[in-house]
Amino acid sequence: MHQVEIATTKETLLDSPEMVLNMGPQHPSTHGVLRVILKLDGETVMDLDCDIGYLHRGMEKIAENRMYTMIAPYWDRLDYIAAVSNGLVWVETVEQMMSLPVPPRAHYLRTILTELNRIASHLLWLATHALDIGAVTVLLWALREREEILKIFERQFGARLTCHAWRVGGMPNDAYDDFDADCRRFVSNFPKRLDEYETVLSENRIWLSRTVGIGVINAADAVAIGLSGPALRGSGVAWDIRKSRPYAAYADMDFDIPLGENGDTYDRYLVRLEEMRQSRRIIVQALDKLPDGPVNAKLPKIVKPPVGDYYHSIEGPKGEIGCYLVSDGTAQPWRMRVRPPSLINLQALKNLCLGHLVADVVAIIGTLDIVLGEIDR
Amino acid sequence: MLLFGPINFVDELLLKTGLGQQTINHFVWPFIQIGLVVTLVAGWVAYATYLERKISAFMQARLGPMRVGPWGLLQPIADGIKLLTKEDFVPEKADRWIFFFAPYIAVAAAFITFSVIPFGPDWAVITDVNIGLLFVLAVSSVGVLALILAGWSSNSKYSLLGALRSSAQMISYEVAMGLSLIGALMFARTLSLSGIIGAQESDAVWYFVYQPLGFLIFLVSGIAENNRAPFDLPEAESELVAGFHTEYSGFRWSLFFMAEYAAMVIVSAVATTVYLGGWYLPFVYRFTEAKGYHNLYVIVSLLVFLAKLSAILYFYFWLRWTLPRFRYDQLMDIGWKWLIPSALINITLSASAIFVVQALNGWHGLKTIDSLANGVDLTATGKAVMIVMGLLGVGIAGLLLARINWRSRDFNLKSQRRGIRLVNVPQGKPAVAVIAPAAAE
Repeated sequence: MHQVEIATTKETLLDSPEMVLNMGPQHPSTHGVLRVILKLDGETVMDLDCDIGYLHRGMEKIAENRMYTMIAPYWDRLDYIAAVSNGLVWVETVEQMMSLPVPPRAHYLRTILTELNRIASHLLWLATHALDIGAVTVLLWALREREEILKIFERQFGARLTCHAWRVGGMPNDAYDDFDADCRRFVSNFPKRLDEYETVLSENRIWLSRTVGIGVINAADAVAIGLSGPALRGSGVAWDIRKSRPYAAYADMDFDIPLGENGDTYDRYLVRLEEMRQSRRIIVQALDKLPDGPVNAKLPKIVKPPVGDYYHSIEGPKGEIGCYLVSDGTAQPWRMRVRPPSLINLQALKNLCLGHLVADVVAIIGTLDIVLGEIDR
Repeated sequence: MLLFGPINFVDELLLKTGLGQQTINHFVWPFIQIGLVVTLVAGWVAYATYLERKISAFMQARLGPMRVGPWGLLQPIADGIKLLTKEDFVPEKADRWIFFFAPYIAVAAAFITFSVIPFGPDWAVITDVNIGLLFVLAVSSVGVLALILAGWSSNSKYSLLGALRSSAQMISYEVAMGLSLIGALMFARTLSLSGIIGAQESDAVWYFVYQPLGFLIFLVSGIAENNRAPFDLPEAESELVAGFHTEYSGFRWSLFFMAEYAAMVIVSAVATTVYLGGWYLPFVYRFTEAKGYHNLYVIVSLLVFLAKLSAILYFYFWLRWTLPRFRYDQLMDIGWKWLIPSALINITLSASAIFVVQALNGWHGLKTIDSLANGVDLTATGKAVMIVMGLLGVGIAGLLLARINWRSRDFNLKSQRRGIRLVNVPQGKPAVAVIAPAAAE
C-alpha cells in the first residue's frame, strides 16, 4: 500500500512546509473508524493515505466454520446501514448455486424491501453528507424519513438495523397485515419530503460552492478504479446491476438510471436523490403487481450446494455487493469472499482529494458513502 | 410608585450609610450596575443556549431539552453544574499557563464590552464613553488573541489549524465591520453609543433605512466575527473536531462557550444600537417620560432594546441551523472580494448622498460643504432622497462587484452545474458500460 512519507528528524520537520495531519480513527466525520493520514501544505492536501482495519472481525474466515444458513446474519453486519440488501446477496448466491426455485411472491417482497432499504441508506447518506458540509438540520429531517422505513422493517423482520431479513429459499414469514398500507403511506408522503430537502440544498449557493467541481473523477478513471453504484453513475457510466443482470423481481420493473455529467460531488448528490425517486417508483410497481402464493421454497434438511464456485452480485445502495462462494459439497462453505463496494470506492479517495482543502476531504469521504463495517469486514 | 418616580430612594438609602455623594455616584452606583449587568448577561447567555437548542429543535421536528424542569427550563443550570464538576483536563505537552489563561482572556474581552452598551436611557447604561463604538470594536478584537493562544498552547494540530483560521477570519472581517459602520457614523456624527441612539431619536429614523447596504455588511461580518455558522470555520466540527477548543474541557471550555454567546449578544447589541435605533421606538417617549413616568420610560426602552436584540439573535440562530458551512478560501473570498469593497462603495455613496441632499437644500458654493461639518439637517425630501440613494447603493454595489467577480469560479456556479440525465437501458442486456459522450473526453 502507498505510504505517506513523514518527516521524522528535527531538521526535516523544520524544513518541510508540509504538516502531517492524522484524521481518525476517532474523528467526527470519517464515518466510523477510517484513519486518513493527510500531508498538508497550509490546508491543501498534498498527499493522502488511508489506514483501515480498525473494525476487522474476520467475517470471511468465520463463514468457513458456519453452516450455510447460519452465515446470513453475518452479512447484516457488513454494511449495517443496508443490512437488507446485504442479506439478499448471500441467500441469492446460495439459492442460485443450488438452483432453488424461489416463489415469485418472495421475489417481489424482496424487491420492495431492498428498495426501501436503498432509500433508507441514501437518506442516511444525505443526512451525514449534509452534516459534513455543515447543514445540520437536514440530518434530522432525513432521519425522520428513515424512521418510517425502519418502523416497517421492525414490524416485518423484528429488528431495525441488522434485520436478518431473508432465509435461503425465501423469507422467514409472509408480509405482515398492514404491510401494503404502511408502504403506500410511506411512498405517498416521501416525494414531498424529498422536495423539501432539495429546497434546502440543491439551489443553495453555499451548497453549490461546496460541491460543484469538488472531487471530480471522469468516466474512464472511475471504471479503471472499479467504482460502482452512484459514485460511478455520477461520472456518467450507465452501469446498474438491476438492469444488466436483473435479480429478484427487477426484470418486471420499469425504472430509469440517473446519470451525472461532471462526475463531481454535486452530480453524485443529484444521482442519489434521483435514485431515491426511482426506488419509490419501483416500490409502487411492485406493490401493485405483488402476487399471492407461498414465500418459501421447499428446502432440504441441510443446505449443501454442489461442489463448485459461484459469483453473484446485486446493486446495493453503495454499489456492487458481490459474493464469491466456493463449495466443497459439505454443509460449510470452503471459501466465502465478499466484494465490498465501499472498500473499492474508497480507493478513489486519493485521486479525488489531491489539491483540494481539508474541508473538501470531509465532503469527498461523505460523497463516496463508505461504511467501515464493510471495508474492514 | 417606584416605577414612576426618579430612582432616588436608593441614593437616600446609601446616603444614610454615611457615604459621600461623590463616592456613591462614582463608586457604588457603577458597582451596582456592573453587578446587575454581569449577572443578567451571564444568566441570559445561559438561556440563549437554551433558546438556541429549543429553536433548532423546532426547526428539526423534535422537542429539544424537555427533562430538567418544565419544558427543560432548568437545562442550562444542569449543564452548568455538569461543566463545573467535570475534570479540568490539560494535555501533557500543552503550554500550561497560556492554556489556563486563554479562556479568561476570551470571557473578559467579551464581558468588558457590556460596560458601554446602552441598554436603555439614563440609569440603564453603565458608562457612556464618547468613543464607545471604537471601544467595542477594539475590545472585542482582543478576543482573537484568546483563540490564537488557546489554539497554540493546546499543542494539537486541529487546535492550531482552528486558531490560524480564526485569526485570519476575524482580522479580515473586522476590516469590513469597521468600514461598514462609517456610513452610519456620517449621519450620527458621534462615536458614543448613546449619542448614536440620540441622533436617530432626533431624526426620528432608524439608520438601516438610510444604510441598508451597511446594515447587511455589518450583519454578515458580525456572524463571521463571532465564528457562527455558516462561518464557523475555526470550530468546524466535521473537519477540525472542535477547532481551537478541541483540547479544552469542563469549566474552561464553558468559558469559551460563554464568550462566544456573549460576543454574539454584543454584535447584536451594536447592530441594534447603530442601525435599529437602539432603545428608541416612536411614541414611547410621548406616553411615558412626557407624562412624568421616568422609570417606566427607562424600563419600556430597555424592553424595546432587548426585543430588537433578540430579533437579531434569532436571525443568527436561524442562519446557523439552515445553511451549510463555507470553505476557508470561500470565506476569505467573501470578506475581501465582496464585503470590504462594498463597504468602501457604501462610504463613497453615503458621502455623496449627504452632499447631494445638502446641495438640494440650497447651493451656497463652498459654504455648503463647510456647513456639512455642523451635521446634516434633513427635511422630508432629504429623507426620501436618502432612502432612495440607500436602496440604489445596494444595487450599485451588487452590480459593480458582480462585474468584477464575473470570472471567478464561485460566482458562475450555476453555469458550471449540470443536470442529470435519466437513461432507461433495456433489461438483461450484457453488462456493457455506456459511457456518456460528454464525460468520455
